[in-house]
Amino acid sequence: MKTESVLEKIFASGELAVTSECGPPRGAVPEKIIEKAKMLKGYVDAVNVTDNQTAMVRMSSFAACVFIKQLGMNPILQMVTRDRNRLAMQADILGAYSHGINNMLCLSGDHPHFGDHPMAANVHDIDSVQFVQMVKDMRDNGKFQGGDDISNPPKMFIGAAANPFADPFELRVARLGKKVKAGTDFIQTQCIYNLDKFEKWMEGVRDRGLHEKVNIMAGITPMKTVGMAKYMKNRVPGMDVPDEIIKRMAGVPKEKQPDEGIKISVEAIERLKAVEGVKGFHIMAIEWEQKVPEIVEKAGLLPRPKVDL
Amino acid sequence: MITAERKPMEELIECLKPYHRILLVGCNECVTVCAAGGRKEVGILSSALQMAFKTEGKNLEVKEITLERQCDPEYVEELVTHIDQAEAVMSMACGCGVQEIARRFKDKPVYPAVNTTFMGASERQGVWAERCQGCGECVLGLTGGICPIARCSKQLLNGPCGGSTNGKCEVDPDIDCAWQLIWDRLKALGLEDRYEENIPAKDWRTGRGGGPRKIIREDLVK
Repeated sequence: MKTESVLEKIFASGELAVTSECGPPRGAVPEKIIEKAKMLKGYVDAVNVTDNQTAMVRMSSFAACVFIKQLGMNPILQMVTRDRNRLAMQADILGAYSHGINNMLCLSGDHPHFGDHPMAANVHDIDSVQFVQMVKDMRDNGKFQGGDDISNPPKMFIGAAANPFADPFELRVARLGKKVKAGTDFIQTQCIYNLDKFEKWMEGVRDRGLHEKVNIMAGITPMKTVGMAKYMKNRVPGMDVPDEIIKRMAGVPKEKQPDEGIKISVEAIERLKAVEGVKGFHIMAIEWEQKVPEIVEKAGLLPRPKVDL
Repeated sequence: MITAERKPMEELIECLKPYHRILLVGCNECVTVCAAGGRKEVGILSSALQMAFKTEGKNLEVKEITLERQCDPEYVEELVTHIDQAEAVMSMACGCGVQEIARRFKDKPVYPAVNTTFMGASERQGVWAERCQGCGECVLGLTGGICPIARCSKQLLNGPCGGSTNGKCEVDPDIDCAWQLIWDRLKALGLEDRYEENIPAKDWRTGRGGGPRKIIREDLVK
């Protein structure tokens, strides 16, 4: 084992892993993150804590992770290269690990253009591939990015993101290959609605043998309404929502749409369980955390495995 | 070239308010090519300023001069014969030219008439686009002649990110995805394998990370 991470142990056990995510609040209101996290307790193995997602200022991922850790849960520290240079990133990694946080997700982050501080400088000192490499070198070589030794190196279980639906499609497997080469241990994908395309991407992943080198978690986001489905199709960059999904959501009365959205998610999980190389599910119920237990249960992913700590 | 755009008239009028006689200095280099501060633009701005002052019931004398290269002390020296008659200088050159005038004429206020924007190239008539950020360690040899630092919104050296859609950047559909361009070019050149190599974290010391930069060519220094 590279780390003490529960997530790593679950992957090693061969069971499907389940993660979800919590967006920290836009204010100094710790009870919000605690409330969200409690809804997930017992239903997921680890919880991503987003880092200024959509480039809007929120409570820091690190601080929110500590609250989740105190609940006896396993936070995944998300960190974006947009807001911090390599000094600040490594400092937070040391801090997080010192608080017992041993999973992280390395991202470049949404551009400030999309958020509430479009006037901010975007840092991008390193990119997400170089970020993975940095965390791996910290863990496996005990070295800071600048080359100096670290005393008690942080043993992070390293995650990264992959979007099988962005362009150019032919580069999407190769881009994953870069992250694998850099040393990522697990991957959480963009929300999957176009299952055919995802399966095609997975074929490419298997052709390169990447599924044996990295644990791929399929990203699932339930839709609440047909409006949300249309928004994701038309407004969210790199999102692929087929017309059938829109039609299906539009085909039921408004009050039934949330149920239909959950049903679509559960069916997706059932189908993707059979895809060779899918090692788990990352269920992102955006501001709808209370539905995660239902999805996990209906998808037959309960009970969550117990692993020795 | 270095590109620039003229500042709004109101801003220029505001900073010239205290003066009656100014020197308006253009530059024959980059700002001429990008139609921001060459001889022609000097003439247009001069007339516009004088007219604006007149409508306010004031008078502004403008001496127009366009130098061969405003970032070059040799040419800036040509202003010596005119500088005493002016209370202030307005420069239509890039920031390098403005600063060269400020350095040479220590007791004369200098105001920029343009906003210096980027190092770029002309895409078509009237359109210029950013191409280079002067990072001091060129990677174009690795990326098919397309710069990911200047042209990717997140300056990813190992792109493209998950927001690339139909060859466009998620930030603005008017921006080409640099990594789509790089990939298309590597394919056209039969250099797809180059994509497989991870480009390591950049050493920004050669760029602005190391503080203001200077080039000293011992072979040329007198």
